[in-house]
Amino acid sequence: MRMSGAEAILKSLEKEGVDVIFGIPGGVMIPLYDVLMDSKNIRHILTRHEQGAAHAADGYARATGKVGVCMATSGPGACNLVTGLATANMDSVPVVAITGQVGTHVIGTDAFQEADTTGITLSMVKHNYLLKDPSEIPEVMQEAFLIASTGRPGVVVVDLPVDVCRGELNFKYPEKRTRLPGYKPTTTGNARQIKAASKLIVSAERPVLYAGGGVVASGASQELRKLARLLELPVTTTLLGKGVFPETDKLSLGMLGMHGTSYANFVMMETDLIIAVGARFDDRITGRLDTFAPHAKVIHVDIDPAEISKNVKADIPIVGDAGKVLKEMLTALEPEVEAGKGKDLKPWHRLIREWKKEYPLLVPEGGLRPQFVVSEIYRVTKGKALIVTEVGQNQMWAAQFYKSTKPRHFLSSGGLGTMGYGFPAAIGAKVGCPDSLVIDIAGDGSIQMNVQELATAVIEKIPVVVAILNNGYLGMVRQWQELFYDRRYSHTDLQTNVSPDFVKLAEAYGAMGLRVTKPEEVAPALRRAFKARVPVFIDFVVEPEENVFPMVAPGASLDDMIGG
Amino acid sequence: MGVRAVKHTLSILVENKPGVLARVAGLFSRRGFNIDSLAVAVTEKPELSRMTVVVDVEEHSLEQVHKQLNKLINVIKVTDLPAENSVQRELVLFKVKTNPNTRAEIIEIVDIFRGKIVDVGSGTLGVEITGTGTKIKALEDLLKPYGVVECARTGMVALPRG
Ligand SMILES: Cc1cc2nc3c(=O)[nH]c(=O)nc-3n(C[C@H](O)[C@H](O)[C@H](O)COP(=O)(O)OP(=O)(O)OC[C@H]3O[C@@H](n4cnc5c(N)ncnc54)[C@H](O)[C@@H]3O)c2cc1C
Ligand SMILES: Cc1ncc(C[n+]2csc(CCOP(=O)(O)OP(=O)(O)O)c2C)c(N)n1
Ligand SMILES: [Mg+2]
Repeated sequence: MRMSGAEAILKSLEKEGVDVIFGIPGGVMIPLYDVLMDSKNIRHILTRHEQGAAHAADGYARATGKVGVCMATSGPGACNLVTGLATANMDSVPVVAITGQVGTHVIGTDAFQEADTTGITLSMVKHNYLLKDPSEIPEVMQEAFLIASTGRPGVVVVDLPVDVCRGELNFKYPEKRTRLPGYKPTTTGNARQIKAASKLIVSAERPVLYAGGGVVASGASQELRKLARLLELPVTTTLLGKGVFPETDKLSLGMLGMHGTSYANFVMMETDLIIAVGARFDDRITGRLDTFAPHAKVIHVDIDPAEISKNVKADIPIVGDAGKVLKEMLTALEPEVEAGKGKDLKPWHRLIREWKKEYPLLVPEGGLRPQFVVSEIYRVTKGKALIVTEVGQNQMWAAQFYKSTKPRHFLSSGGLGTMGYGFPAAIGAKVGCPDSLVIDIAGDGSIQMNVQELATAVIEKIPVVVAILNNGYLGMVRQWQELFYDRRYSHTDLQTNVSPDFVKLAEAYGAMGLRVTKPEEVAPALRRAFKARVPVFIDFVVEPEENVFPMVAPGASLDDMIGG
Repeated sequence: MGVRAVKHTLSILVENKPGVLARVAGLFSRRGFNIDSLAVAVTEKPELSRMTVVVDVEEHSLEQVHKQLNKLINVIKVTDLPAENSVQRELVLFKVKTNPNTRAEIIEIVDIFRGKIVDVGSGTLGVEITGTGTKIKALEDLLKPYGVVECARTGMVALPRG
């Protein structure tokens, strides 16, 4: 079928099942926006900043498992997307970004609003394309979605020069891929390795399952639960793996790492077998590498071969999709367990119970504590909300005190740690899951980084609740200054008692604003917010100098915890 | 640290597309791998190019280089080519200072190395030499006393034997 480049892009997006795009138009994107205006299948949500569009696409993708799509114009528009794209890619989130570009004949001449988008994004996305001819559109779009969503998911940028958009082509969408000779992710684990792993698992006396974002990406939460229950394995999850195993289960150790539970970290240091599934031994979870897990053998299941033995050497590397590998492992292990093989793990569980009793995570008393606010959010929502976080102390308290029981219900920028992620990501998540109660647990600093999206939420009627843990500080940095820089609070005082007034700010945008200063007001305020059919900011004026504990100091050994 | 870095020759088969060189080169610099030399040109199949890269890395990083290269969508195959199992060649052009007294000597030296005189100027000789690193280094050392004005190298190219 003969059509314009712009129509072909739109048609391709429809073929890929895209139902929503977050973006902002500009000069070179007018042709595409023009055809988008008449689309019956695709909703476009106009954000107020391109970073918001990228995070919203990311939040949508993390919440639904589908590819998130964002768009921006050339030059400044594309540059504004970059932080959001880097955030998504670092956390292996499937996003396709379509950026406008100046005409092919003027590329490289410093034309008006020209930026080298493929050059800028080269090192921080999974792949990118600069279209040169309208005829390439169907293949490139098909590949973009394929690459973003398969193997280790990630971000693909399609840079679209204005003349390519205006040009014409005969549109025929490829049924399956025709190119990409160098792209073949391994999804089936090596059978011999799986067998060897199963042997190791039944002979371990102090095993632990360490699960991460890869289990979410794979949709392997059920298999993981089966494996844990089959052998009674204690399970710890990373920040990005929260929910793949219910944190309410007695086998759960909660999150491990820098601000993980003491018992999860002790388990890592005492275990004789780490079964790592879709987790990448990030430095936030290993602490000092050369003292990490000294007694452990390591089985490492990951779809990305480059993650295996990158930081921690794997004794049994298994490249493959978490779900497929776990299924195979279960098949191998079930007869073993039936035959009564497998060590007695009772002493191990007894030890873990003692650690849990001795080093519990507790909500401190007195005043309005941020930990209390989070645990009230947990209580009032009965643990069923879809939680998104900003970055900093708020993020860690959310992770510690909101127990996750389902995957895709705790969204957080882990790898890049991008302040300003939470609110637009919550908007994206709510668009993808309109029936979920979506709450952004925010910091007073982070929320100010994308606060303009209040307009998006109000106008597009996306009722998310933002719970601002307002401590008046760039709290996480202040905490480090308190602990390691002699309490010299250089430029971390936000003076939110002076500005802004978050309640008025919300109201100015047409949202609801609530302020809470006392513990007993928390639950009523939450209930009011959850009933409101509009976006709500709740300004929780919390203790200013509260710290996140336990804490493994940077560079310290994982069992060397402050306040643990 | 304390681990010895060794030179490795990698042969990287890539799709012949714009921007692929930037992807590969960018990967090396971003991940802190040092490139000694890099040669790239189209292969017997016009849709494919071969890059030959000599890197200076220790064993663990070499594994990472391999894996990271393989992650690039346009990279089709990465092969490590140990010197003993591959043919490795580099072509170098030297411009050497001469005068009537030294000209014959230089030509003789170049001859011994099976090099070629490719240019004769009023005060210089153009020398072409093909070979492995050690051979080229040996010739360079012999030419240096006469005065090497300029030199241009292609970087190593290599193919497996057999
Ligand atoms: C202030 C701050 C503090 C933090 N503190 C902590 C902390 O205390 N504890 C903590 O855990 N994190 C913490 N983080 C987050 C941390 O930085 C990392 O982002 C996080 O630990 C990484 O999680 P992950 O290992 O699950 O990896 P991800 O980044 O989610 O990676 C997923 C892995 O799974 C693989 N994968 C993808 N798809 C599949 C599939 N289908 N099958 C198999 N494998 C697959 C990928 O290749 C990758 O290796 C903190 C972040 C911030 C900003
Ligand atoms: C975009 C960005 N800039 C700077 C940082 C460094 N940083 C990490 S946490 C933090 C403080 C966050 O403050 P706030 O949002 O108020 O959260 P709190 O820690 O107080 O809960 C800062 C500045 C960052 N992670 N992201
Ligand atoms: Mg704060």
